[in-house]
Amino acid sequence: MTTYFNEMFQDGEVRIPYARLEGWTKRMPDALRHMKQAEAEALFRRIGITFAVYGEGGDPDRLIPFDMFPRVFTAAEWARLERGIKQRARALNAFLVDVYGRGEIVRAGRIPAHLVYRNAAFEKSVVGFVPPKGVYSHIVGIDLVRTGPDEFFVLEDNCRTPSGVSYMLENREIMMRMFPDLFRENRIEPVDSYPLLLRRTLASVAPAKCKGDPTIVILTPGHFNSAYYEHSFLADLMGVELVEGQDLFVEGEYVWMRTTEGPKRVDVIYRRIDDAYIDPLCFRPDSMLGVPGLMDVYRSGGVNICSCPGAGVADDKAVYTFVPEMIRFYLGEEPILNNVPTWQCAKEDDRKYVLENLKDLVVKEVHGSGGYGMLVGPKSTKDQIERFHARIKDDPGNYIAQPTLALSTTPTFVNEGIAPRHVDLRPYCLVGERVELVPGGLTRVALTEGSLVVNSSQGGGVKDTWVLAE
Amino acid sequence: MLSRTADNLFWIARYMERAETMARLLEVGARISLLPSVHGYRSEWDSLLQASGTADGFDRKYAEPVARNIESYLFFDHDNPSSVASCLRQARENGRIVRTALTTQVWDALNTAFQELKQLERQPRSELELTQLTDWVTRHAAMVRGSIGATLLRNDGYDFLNLGYCLERADATARLLDVKYYVLLPRVEFVGSGLDNYQWMTLLRALSLHRAFHWTYAGEITARKIADFLILNPQSPRSLVASVEGINHALHRLGRAYGRETVAQVRGRQLNDMLERVTVEDIFDEGMHEFLTRFIGDVATLGYHVWESYLTGDVR
Amino acid sequence: MILTVEHVTRYGYDRPVRGLVQSHRMTPASHEGQRVIDWEVGVSDGLAGGSFRDGAGDRVTSWSVIGPVSQVEVTVRGRVETKDTGGILRGHRELVSPHCYLQATALTHPDDALLALAEEARALPEVLDAAHLLCERVAKAILWTPGVTQSQTTAAEAMSQAQGVCQDHAHAIIAAARAAGMPARYVSGYMLAEERQDAAHAWAEIHVPNLGWVGFDAANGCCPDDRYIRIASGLDAQDAAPIRGWARGDGQERLEVAVAVQTVEQ
Repeated sequence: MTTYFNEMFQDGEVRIPYARLEGWTKRMPDALRHMKQAEAEALFRRIGITFAVYGEGGDPDRLIPFDMFPRVFTAAEWARLERGIKQRARALNAFLVDVYGRGEIVRAGRIPAHLVYRNAAFEKSVVGFVPPKGVYSHIVGIDLVRTGPDEFFVLEDNCRTPSGVSYMLENREIMMRMFPDLFRENRIEPVDSYPLLLRRTLASVAPAKCKGDPTIVILTPGHFNSAYYEHSFLADLMGVELVEGQDLFVEGEYVWMRTTEGPKRVDVIYRRIDDAYIDPLCFRPDSMLGVPGLMDVYRSGGVNICSCPGAGVADDKAVYTFVPEMIRFYLGEEPILNNVPTWQCAKEDDRKYVLENLKDLVVKEVHGSGGYGMLVGPKSTKDQIERFHARIKDDPGNYIAQPTLALSTTPTFVNEGIAPRHVDLRPYCLVGERVELVPGGLTRVALTEGSLVVNSSQGGGVKDTWVLAE
Repeated sequence: MLSRTADNLFWIARYMERAETMARLLEVGARISLLPSVHGYRSEWDSLLQASGTADGFDRKYAEPVARNIESYLFFDHDNPSSVASCLRQARENGRIVRTALTTQVWDALNTAFQELKQLERQPRSELELTQLTDWVTRHAAMVRGSIGATLLRNDGYDFLNLGYCLERADATARLLDVKYYVLLPRVEFVGSGLDNYQWMTLLRALSLHRAFHWTYAGEITARKIADFLILNPQSPRSLVASVEGINHALHRLGRAYGRETVAQVRGRQLNDMLERVTVEDIFDEGMHEFLTRFIGDVATLGYHVWESYLTGDVR
Repeated sequence: MILTVEHVTRYGYDRPVRGLVQSHRMTPASHEGQRVIDWEVGVSDGLAGGSFRDGAGDRVTSWSVIGPVSQVEVTVRGRVETKDTGGILRGHRELVSPHCYLQATALTHPDDALLALAEEARALPEVLDAAHLLCERVAKAILWTPGVTQSQTTAAEAMSQAQGVCQDHAHAIIAAARAAGMPARYVSGYMLAEERQDAAHAWAEIHVPNLGWVGFDAANGCCPDDRYIRIASGLDAQDAAPIRGWARGDGQERLEVAVAVQTVEQ
């Protein structure tokens, strides 16, 4: 029987960060709680923060369930997380500059060449280019899980365009509106500077040819995209235009946006579309979402694209295994945050172990995301395990496996009252001239009892995440 | 502002106005069909489809132009891009795209109309009276219009919304007039008959203008008075001249804000000059239908120049 | 040898397009086998944009044309002094790892015939011998026949048709080489010819340990020598295309190409 670390209760005692929340829940009768929950839902629906699940059809205006019970960290806990996250973000960027340059880490034999250069996310077309300030990934989302008071593991890195930050901001906004007293009783670090920090980060990586105040835009695939709300929300809070590919065009040495007063130059593009769709002249020729000729302007220093095309090679699940090695190689430091031990099915010994122990392991696709194409051994039927057995044998390079982690739980409001549910954490690290992190992140919670899958596409919810001031 | 944002705002307005026109057209049809028929049932409803430019689409889908089919097609049908339901959906979708360019009140108004529409669509048709439906549309149209007027910043976005409203309204009034004059009553011997007057009244009622008309023109209803009221009288809120004035006002503000004029301003003024010079006699000499056809063409051309000058982003 | 190049590409549109953007890789780099004396690329009514040398050492230049426009002419004129290096590319500044040229593309996906060829090559102990073998086999397998294949024809299709042009030869060599674990790439360039042609030339390069990249031209059954000018490289013809363009508008495009490569009397 696995025991799970409960972040609020330990040995019958309430842990310090949650001290004041015990009284709060006691003062809240069921009727009030239901009313508040309904109020929160109405607020979310009113502001239009909805989430469409890929490929599932159904209600396009579906909400991600919001749990009102906050998740809390002490200042000391956070300080260590912050150091670890920033360290990781720096190392990932150093890795990207290196592998698109001379590839010293490969030459030194610290990571196999094929993992980098034959990686589907490696972009040959940006080899030899160093983006402004040497930053490839400007927003690094690091998924963390906790298994004990001091035990944190990095589950995966997201170097391309990690989503969900609008929930971090809206969850806080709604909690402050509904429970102002809580914020008076607890001294909670604010997160609302995120849009300004993001804007400053993007402005700090303006391209060489931009003189003066850079014009920043957010590039969205369009209003049918499931994250469109987040794109427009961020654009609004940052005070920048939200553009689609058709709003931009290349002329001469620059990229311009179409406005009612004529072309306006664009210096920094925070893109929320995948590499493959950025520029039909460079990548997928059938893409209607991108801007023809954009990559040439980018490479000749006329515009910056955040994150830079090719950044995905650093967050690949097979490359992930080598992040501790990157930290040692580029920073000369020991990793502050641990990786989850990972078996590469491509390696014969690892594969043998994985195939023999599938019922105890979590198996993931190397390029998968969103909790799809994943096997949670202990929660799967014999049939499901057998199917994965066959899939791994067919294409071992496509899979990695990890032990099933004893994800920590936090109290969560459920129909019967309050019960522990498993959680993870995604903080958003900003990398520009400086490396910055707002104290908080997105806590995702597996609402189904016993479930370890927190993805919103699979029935997960979200919580407000607090970092207490010292 | 982004040309696409301007385009979305422009179309929010056009779709809202179009939804209202569709509802009013349905009301005209319903009232006229209550009268003893002159040409037979079919041609009256047919004229509605002709006027709304949806006859081809209808014929492809339904065999019989009976009231029920026409109501479904003009109100609820998603295959008809001009149906009330399609227009409201489009207006709300355009609003969602430029959500941050709108105030909460405007968004709420657009979104509420859309959410209620979804409920209406679930209700059995037999429970829905046409007059209720048209009232519902005009009420929501007024709510959107009102929240724009009361809460929106008077910037270029506001001008593009007004441009959309006025262009659509100019086109719609011209089409409504055309149904009456050309389609419903093609035979000259009916002019001035009781039937003729009844049809004019119906038209005015559908536009919610029958009382305004009586206040303005005492006495008998004549074709000339109506033409003057709906085409040339600047006091009449849906007249062609009032709509064109609105277009020019918005265009003038845009020209001033951007510090330059485009071909749209030139064309707008030409259309205005034409309406100021022309008299009711001129219109009847030319032929009402001919005049309206020409006007509808001119409005379309003006719309094209607005698009070319502001909404493509190709202007330099 | 001194070679002169004149290469004109004409785009015509039946309806004027609103604007046009192109990305060119049409400028040769200097290395041991070639020295650029002068070289000029022009686009009618065109606005030159950013320009840079990419990771493979090729010069990329962006061009745009402000519409409306119905005809665009891209003109290349230049002189290059060439030297026979036995097909070996030496002194070419590039950073892309040869590992990147092991991945198959849609145009170079191997079928059974190409896999069999790869098997045969793999049996030879020396990579250079294997590369020569592939070049000879492909030259025999695909008879040079203009007009039977298109720009989208894959290596496998060309093999089964047994007919094709230089693009198909290069694709077939590349597909088999990669299947045999040898990095291979597509090279676009020019070759000395007596007459005007309606297309530029292309061949394959295979990476040989200790030698680096070596060119193989199955269409002419040889390695590139001083009759060749090397322009740009890529994973396949699409990736190495000298011009990639995009026009805004719904006009139908017509294309005309004229290439003349001559020697200067010394």
